[in-house]
Amino acid sequence: MNLLSIFRRGSAPVARERLQILLAHERDARGQPDLLGVLREDILAAISRHVSFDPDKVQITMDRGATVSTLAVDIEIPNRRRASGSLPHYNRLMIDAEVTSARSQWTNGLC
Amino acid sequence: MSEGKSARVLVVTSGKGGVGKTTSTAAMGAALAHLGEKVVVIDFDVGLRNLDLVLGAERRVVFDLINVINGVAKLQQALIRDKRLENLYLLPASQTRDKDALTEEGVAKVIAELRTKFDWIVCDSPAGIERGATLAMRHADAAIIVTNPEVSSVRDSDRIIGLLDSKTERAERGECVDKHLLITRYHPWRAARGEMLSIEDVLEILSIPLLGIIPESEEVLRASNVGSPVTVNAALSAPARAYFDATRRLKGEQIPMQIPNESRSIFNKLFGRKAA
Repeated sequence: MNLLSIFRRGSAPVARERLQILLAHERDARGQPDLLGVLREDILAAISRHVSFDPDKVQITMDRGATVSTLAVDIEIPNRRRASGSLPHYNRLMIDAEVTSARSQWTNGLC
Repeated sequence: MSEGKSARVLVVTSGKGGVGKTTSTAAMGAALAHLGEKVVVIDFDVGLRNLDLVLGAERRVVFDLINVINGVAKLQQALIRDKRLENLYLLPASQTRDKDALTEEGVAKVIAELRTKFDWIVCDSPAGIERGATLAMRHADAAIIVTNPEVSSVRDSDRIIGLLDSKTERAERGECVDKHLLITRYHPWRAARGEMLSIEDVLEILSIPLLGIIPESEEVLRASNVGSPVTVNAALSAPARAYFDATRRLKGEQIPMQIPNESRSIFNKLFGRKAA
């Protein structure tokens, strides 16, 4: 403790929390494909079997949280019916997936 | 050289560069030799060798690890004996070849031969997780994971621990590599002010046993400047004492963990800064 610390709060607790969340995910992912990545590929493949969409009009966001991760897929799909002379209409398909990671306690394998 | 020994192979690794692998290899290799052990330190950083420089042997390198692997030189011709510690030897890396010149069979053969001649084989790993790093850890019985109390270093250490548990010979046999955490460049006053991850934070996140805590010190820089391990160059300094304690723990001695402190003035204590 010193004079300056009275006026300043340290950033170490933030570093610690960020690391704990990040490493929990990275340890889960060791040796197996990224679950959210696989889901993303499958969802896009499933949709593209039924409708065609512009890959540039797909927005995918991910948020890896401590206990729940979310994967959001937002796809703009052009309407088939089009009023003549007007601009194409778009439907938006939004998929929100919450993935609760069934994370086992990490123990360095058996070591 | 005496035959019939069976060395312990130790890898000094970290994933991240610049955290103090080479400095720690030199300091602890010298400390082991000082404590009477017969030690060889091997530089695995092919193309970017530096262990020779830190040990002050850069002008004595004739042959290197790649030459031995390729059969250009015999092991005895490539080993450089330290001028200060007669038990300490260096096997330098090649500066001109690229890392693909390291072969798995070649490294296995060199390690097997060294095992019969030394008590400790200390492998200084390059940064990263590529060939040089995986071959440096390949035959390890024990590992020192050098970590700075800083987010990127802790993350990379976690990755390296995963590799030690899966890609080493021991792991493939279903055995464990003994893992030891060495925290370097530690600023006690920064941790106390909550500006730096604390020892407890790092231990909780990485969950491997702590081998030692090396405080940030100008003595470490001074030692590399003159090409002498800090445990030889300034044996009574705070970092050297911390390296000696860590080395004794590695040998199995029970030594209470303390964070070595360098004396600080009233000014520094009040304002938490080191005077320039």
